[in-house]
Amino acid sequence: MSGVAAVSLRGSSRRVGALVLRHLYLLRGSWPRVLELIYWPTVQMVLWGFITLFFVNTSSWVAQATGVLISAILLWDVLFRGQLGVAVVFLEEMWSRNLGQLFVTPLRPWELIAALLTMSLIRTLIGVGGAALVAVGVFDYSIATLGLPLVAFFVNLIVMGWAIGLMTSALVMRYGLGAENLAWGAIFVLQPISAVFYPVSVLPGWLQPIAKSLPATHVFEGMRAVLFDHVLRMDLLLNAVALNVIYLAVGIAVFLFYFRSVRVRGQLLHVGE
Amino acid sequence: MLGYASSVSESAIRVGGVSKRFNDVIAVDDVSFEVGRGTTSALLGGNGAGKTTTLAMLLGLLLPDQGLIEIFGVDMVRDRYRVLPRINFSSPYVDLPRRLTVAENLRVYALLYGVRDVAAQIRRLADALDIGELLRRTYGSLSAGQRTRVTIAKALLNDPELLLLDEPTASLDPDTADWVRAYLESYRDRTGATLLLASHNMTEVERMCDLVLMLRSGRLVDRGTPHELLERYGRQNMEEVFIDIARDRRSRGAGAKRAST
Repeated sequence: MSGVAAVSLRGSSRRVGALVLRHLYLLRGSWPRVLELIYWPTVQMVLWGFITLFFVNTSSWVAQATGVLISAILLWDVLFRGQLGVAVVFLEEMWSRNLGQLFVTPLRPWELIAALLTMSLIRTLIGVGGAALVAVGVFDYSIATLGLPLVAFFVNLIVMGWAIGLMTSALVMRYGLGAENLAWGAIFVLQPISAVFYPVSVLPGWLQPIAKSLPATHVFEGMRAVLFDHVLRMDLLLNAVALNVIYLAVGIAVFLFYFRSVRVRGQLLHVGE
Repeated sequence: MLGYASSVSESAIRVGGVSKRFNDVIAVDDVSFEVGRGTTSALLGGNGAGKTTTLAMLLGLLLPDQGLIEIFGVDMVRDRYRVLPRINFSSPYVDLPRRLTVAENLRVYALLYGVRDVAAQIRRLADALDIGELLRRTYGSLSAGQRTRVTIAKALLNDPELLLLDEPTASLDPDTADWVRAYLESYRDRTGATLLLASHNMTEVERMCDLVLMLRSGRLVDRGTPHELLERYGRQNMEEVFIDIARDRRSRGAGAKRAST
C-alpha cells in the first residue's frame, strides 16, 4: 500500500471511528435508547418461546426441533435489527439536524455508510444478544446449538438488513422525515415471504420465485436444514451470499445516488426540518 | 469569466458565473466574486436573496447548476475533500447533537477534522471562548448565547484558514455579540484566516468587513467596502444602504425615493 493510500485509510478509519463514537456517546447518555434495543427482541423471543412450549406437545413438526421457532425469531431479529440499526442511526442525524455539520467536515459519504453499518452491528449484538441470553435463562434454549452455521446465518441476515436499511435511509434523506415510517415498517413486507417460520414450499407457486430472490429465505431454509436434518446446506448458503452481494451493492448505490440528489436539491442544510 | 476584483491577487474564494435554480425559482443567478485571503467579507441581502444558497454552494453542501467555485484554488464541485480540512462553518440554524455533552461534541468533530492533540485543542478553545464550565453539559441544555460560543469553538477546532459564518451573532444579547465579534476579529488577526459571513446585522458588517457583497433576488447587485457603499448611496450607515439596495433604489436617487415613500 502506498504512503498516500495508508494516510487516506487512516483518515477514513478515524472519521468512521468518530461517528461511531458519537453514537456510542448517545447510547451511553440515554438509557431508554439502550432499553429499546433489548426490549422488543426480548418480548418477541418470550412470546415465541411460550408458543414453542405449546407446540412441542401439539405439533410433531415443532417437536422434531424444539428450537426452530425461537431460532427463527432470533434470526429474524438479526435481519430486522440490522436494518433498523442503519435506519435509526441515520435518523438520529436527521432528528438532530446534524447532517449539514457532518458534511462540511472531510467526512465522505461512504464513511458515513461504514459508520452506520458498524453501529448497526453493535446495536444488533446488544439487542439480539440480550434476547438470546433470556432464551437460555427462561426456555433453556441456546441459539448456539446451531453451531458454526449460526455465524454464517448472522452475517447473511445482517448484511441483508444493512442493504434494506441503506435504501430506507436514502428515501428518508430524499423525502424527509415524512418517510420515517419506512425505517420501522419496510422490512415487514418481506417477513411473510422470507420463510421465517415455515418452509418456502408453503407459499403459492407464483410467490416462491420472489421469496427465493431474498437472501433471508435461503438463510431460514438453511436454518431448518441444520435443526431438522443436522446438515449445513452449502447451496442455500451460497445463494444467500450471492444475493447479498447484489443487495448490498444496490443499497450502497441507492444511498449514494440519493446523497447526490439531496446535494443537487439543497436538502442537506435543511434536512430534519 | 470572473466579474470582479482582478486586483485581488491571492484569493481564498473565487466564484465565477454561479447559478442555482430550484424548480421555477432562481435562487442564485450568475454570481461572480472573489474574496482575498486574510480578509473579512459579508454576503448581505434580504430574506431569500440567495445568501444561504451561496454559502451552501461554497461549502459543497449544494451543487451549482453552472459556474465555478474555487476555495484556495481547489474546485469545490469536483475536489472538495482536498480543501474541506482547511475550512469550517458555523450557523445557528444547523445544530450539533443536543444529547451529547459539549466536550463529546467537540471531541467527535475534532476527530472528524483530524485534529492531532484533541484534548489540548479542546482545552485551548474552552479557555479562549470561556466554555470550560459548559464542557460537561449537554448541548441541548445551553442558552442561545452559550450555544453560539460552542458552535464557534466547533468551527475553530481545525484552525480553519477559511471560516464561513451564517448569522454569527443572531439571537445574542449585545454584550455577547460584541464579545463574539471581537473574538472572531482577533482570530483573523492572529492567524491570517479569511472570514466570510452572511449577516443581517449592519453594525457588525461595518465593524468587521473589508468587502460587502450585496445580493438581491439571487443576483449580486453591488459590492465594495462599507465606506465605498456609504459614499455611493449617500448614507450615514449600512442599514440605510441595505434598505436602499433591498428596495432597488439606485444610489443617486435614493434620498428622493425615500422621501416619496
